Amino acid sequence: MKLRPGEDNARAWQIALLVVLLVAWHIASRNQQFAFFVGEPIEVAGKIWSWFMPIAIPPNRLFADGLPGNADIYLHLGTTLLETVLAFVIGTVLGLACGLWLALAPTPSLIFDPYIKAANSMPRVILAPIFALWFGLGIWSKVALAVTLVFFIVFFNVYQGVREVSPVVLANARMLGASRRQLLRTVYLPSATSWVFSSLHTSVGLAFVGAVVGEYLGSARGVGYLILQAEGTFDVNTVFAGIVVLTAFALVLDAIVGLIEKRLMKWQPRSGETEKL
Amino acid sequence: MPDHALELLDISCTFRSKDDRSQRYTAVAGTTLRIREGEFVSVVGPTGCGKSTLLNVGAGLLQPSTGEVKVFGQPLSGINARAGYMFQSEALMPWRSTIANVMLGLQYRGVPDDEARAQAQQWLARVGLAGFGDRYPHQLSGGMRKRCALAQVLALDPDIILMDEPFSALDIQTRQLMENEVLDLWAAKKKAVLFITHDLDEAIAMSDRVVVLSAGPATHPIGEFAIDLPRPRDVAEVRNQARFVELHTQIWNVLRDEVLKGYAQQLQKVPA
Repeated sequence: MKLRPGEDNARAWQIALLVVLLVAWHIASRNQQFAFFVGEPIEVAGKIWSWFMPIAIPPNRLFADGLPGNADIYLHLGTTLLETVLAFVIGTVLGLACGLWLALAPTPSLIFDPYIKAANSMPRVILAPIFALWFGLGIWSKVALAVTLVFFIVFFNVYQGVREVSPVVLANARMLGASRRQLLRTVYLPSATSWVFSSLHTSVGLAFVGAVVGEYLGSARGVGYLILQAEGTFDVNTVFAGIVVLTAFALVLDAIVGLIEKRLMKWQPRSGETEKL
Repeated sequence: MPDHALELLDISCTFRSKDDRSQRYTAVAGTTLRIREGEFVSVVGPTGCGKSTLLNVGAGLLQPSTGEVKVFGQPLSGINARAGYMFQSEALMPWRSTIANVMLGLQYRGVPDDEARAQAQQWLARVGLAGFGDRYPHQLSGGMRKRCALAQVLALDPDIILMDEPFSALDIQTRQLMENEVLDLWAAKKKAVLFITHDLDEAIAMSDRVVVLSAGPATHPIGEFAIDLPRPRDVAEVRNQARFVELHTQIWNVLRDEVLKGYAQQLQKVPA
């Protein structure tokens, strides 16, 4: 067993680093004043336990008051994930459709160009109050905010993707007798898809950001709402617990996108497929 | 004359620069080219002389500035549906497997998937790629990709085949194999072929007729040679025949000056 960090023991070193960070955090939070600002890792873990587990834990050495088994996060987490997925799907479909349309229709794209640039440059988080006004405090105001974040990323990538279709492949498809619709389906769409996938990792993260920020600015449920409530009572442990949960689920969403990408993009060349024997 | 498969009549092509409307470049001027049914015609000329422009006009991908294109006696408007086009650079769709690429034209024509797949499989077998149907283009070698492109074009059974330096990127051995394969397939079906190349050996070895183009701008044919070598030919062996050498010398005498002219022009284009 080698101890020098390398490719084969990277995982062990990653875990070791996590442990070191947690221990440092724990030691630092022994100071009560410091703990007020950064929380305590054990309390954070306890909070996550009572959020997810229906099993109460009696008072012990770590938790003097014991842990209630509330299992009450699922409604909030479900709300946030539903908003994220809705925003992700709606934003991607809209971005794909608009990107294809504008890339293939030169006149509208010429006219819309400054408006698209303006809409993209605008800090879109400030739209949250307007969406709250329009769609109320339910999930749709959050979905709308997250859609504005996802839409532009997908839109610009599709636009670029269609513009950069190989002219030879296009001419070849036309010579083989493709109609306009067939060109769209067999040339533009697959070509744009590869660009969309490169943007999906960013956009799934942004869909999550939009949903949480929307909740944070005004809502009755969702993980962002939990964080806002905890902040109001200076309960920094719950805030950190919320951050940990959100990070974990963002990683899960990203992994799902990665899996889909691997399945759909298997035609793309990957380097280094030889094996050394 | 109905026995002409493809006629390019008095074709001129002038390109205008997009940035500067006053800058014009006449690639082709007053070119007439006729290809009979079942005839294999090669067009040779110095690099950058507008050979590909001429082929794109014949394919209907490019509208000529003046002149007319006739396909089996009918004036051409839009894409030439009776022609198959084999491109110089990679034209396969990287996101489709080999067999899906060969099926493509059939699918465009509304052939049901099962039947298209069966026909595509036959064509893959004919170009020696029977076991490679599920591979993607990036997993094939350059020669295999060319064979796949050939199958893609031939699967539609076009009456006219246009080829734009299709084998210029291949090494000499693969190239001769491909040339022989094309000749065999052509001999079986007797299509009209318009073959663009800068390689005189290739042109003479394969064609019934070789047309020499002048250096650009304003390219036009400056010589035409009937190749009376017996068929079937083997492109590697035919080069040793006395008649081949004789023809090569004749055509090269015409071509050489143009090649030098074209080269001199390219040198001038580089700003000092």
